[in-house]
Amino acid sequence: MTLLRQTIGTGEGAIGAAILSLLILIAVFASVLCPGDPLNIAGPPLTPPFTQGSLPLGTDSLGRDLLAGVVHGTRTSLSVGLAAAAAAMAFGVCIGLAAGFSGGIVDEALMRLVDAFQIVPGFLLALAFVSVAGSSAHVIVIAIALGAWAGPARLMRAQVLSIREREYVAAARVIGAGPAEIVFKEILPNALPPVLSLSAIIVAAAILTESALSFLGLSDPNVVTWGSMMSEGRNVLRSATWLSIFPGLALLTTVIGIYLLGEGVTKAIGRGRPGS
Amino acid sequence: MLLSVENLTKRYLSGSRQTTALDDVSFTLGKGETLGLAGVSGSGKSTLARVLLRLVPADTGKVHFEGEDWLTLSGASLRRRRARMQMVFQDVLAAFNPRATVGSVLDDPLRIHSGKRARDRKQDVATLLDRVGLPTGFADRSIREISGGQRQRVAIARAIATRPSLIVLDEAVSALDVSIRETILELLVELQQERGISYLFISHDLAVLRAVSHRIAVMDAGRIVETGAASQIIDRPQSPAARALIAAVPRLVTDAR
Ligand SMILES: Nc1ncnc2c1ncn2[C@@H]1O[C@H](COP(=O)(O)OP(=O)(O)O)[C@@H](O)[C@H]1O
Ligand SMILES: [Mg+2]
Repeated sequence: MTLLRQTIGTGEGAIGAAILSLLILIAVFASVLCPGDPLNIAGPPLTPPFTQGSLPLGTDSLGRDLLAGVVHGTRTSLSVGLAAAAAAMAFGVCIGLAAGFSGGIVDEALMRLVDAFQIVPGFLLALAFVSVAGSSAHVIVIAIALGAWAGPARLMRAQVLSIREREYVAAARVIGAGPAEIVFKEILPNALPPVLSLSAIIVAAAILTESALSFLGLSDPNVVTWGSMMSEGRNVLRSATWLSIFPGLALLTTVIGIYLLGEGVTKAIGRGRPGS
Repeated sequence: MLLSVENLTKRYLSGSRQTTALDDVSFTLGKGETLGLAGVSGSGKSTLARVLLRLVPADTGKVHFEGEDWLTLSGASLRRRRARMQMVFQDVLAAFNPRATVGSVLDDPLRIHSGKRARDRKQDVATLLDRVGLPTGFADRSIREISGGQRQRVAIARAIATRPSLIVLDEAVSALDVSIRETILELLVELQQERGISYLFISHDLAVLRAVSHRIAVMDAGRIVETGAASQIIDRPQSPAARALIAAVPRLVTDAR
């Protein structure tokens, strides 16, 4: 809670938090703001924006409400991005913790795996995975997480290697603490903060990857996404630019909001950092 | 004999360089006795402490502690026996989890070893704080927001929480102001008289060792080069290492004359 307050105290943090709160509200209340299926036809095709009160952002080439698409797309982007980042973070932290704490051959094997995943660009990995396993929401989340867990894993391992040598870990062993208590009470909470500060980058990258996948048509066809909207807008880019611009602006705003919030959190942690 | 150490050897390999941190170290320590361990920085004192506390393995040698072959204990039986041998670390801040409160630091050993319920342990924490001269209200403070001297009192309270028979103190007062140092040393001596605890008291400062030790062992380059009654080492040092340590403490020289 104090961290939240300190984050909002930084300029970046305040702007980022405001943008993200707004986006989350839009995502949560999408069905209230724009009731009905956004994939249904709402008016004449290619209505330009700001010309009709009921269709403020106009319609696409099939006559679907663009505002409804952008609003419901927020829900897809945020949920897929957050879920993928959370999965990548959780998996990376577990692998890094296991590697750093066990050492030896386990460490060696896990780190070669991390190398392998870090060498292949995350987007290619996601692309390959989705092409093979289909494009349901779960598969997309896993596909994006596959390309994102290696960074947190590597940082977590480095953190564990440094913290396990600290005097307070020795002190815990001296009083007879068992391995589980040492890992989860002494090492994990102190190793985690820098790893968590990667979250912003990972969430932003996950949202971009999701949009890129759906731009290539690799997303659930029954769900609106910004990527698929941009992809459809591409065919009429010259005559109806707004079809690509509005979802593009939404994506840009989201990514910038996340980056700013991440910066704010990093600054707040740096300021209130306890002597370690 | 409470503790007997026989022919301990420990080498560190760093890259291609090899350091012999402990070289055939043997000594004994009786119940209620304080053995001062003197030596310049790098002579192997901390390594000896870490080997005794089973934080690093020895290469060769034996340790008998409370009648047990101490270095062959492992797993849960080692963790249980650890209650009997405790340590106070040199760095008064680094020895505590930065997230800990004073209360949680003292509760940990009680939770692991006493088998009491949380509510009863709260009372024990208060008793411990009181014993080391800290207000019981300190339990809720973060370990980062108390002074170095108070923190060292917490470290001592943690070390006595499990009623050990031996406490290894590695430069336990070296980082403290001289005025605070005196009161901490007094506290340690009181606890020893009250509970019959033995101390292995490590310091590079012979003036400190003289104040608390019954006997002193002098280490140099991983070896114990001289052992004897505290007064004998300070008045009639035999080894060059002991003479160098005495020369490093001007007030000791003037006192002796
Ligand atoms: N983890 C380690 N790795 C390599 N060398 C070490 C390690 N710990 C201590 N040493 C070396 O062992 C010797 C003894 O160190 P130490 O026991 O810390 O001495 P003291 O506590 O008397 O200053 C020193 O030369 C030191 O550099
Ligand atoms: Mg030392």
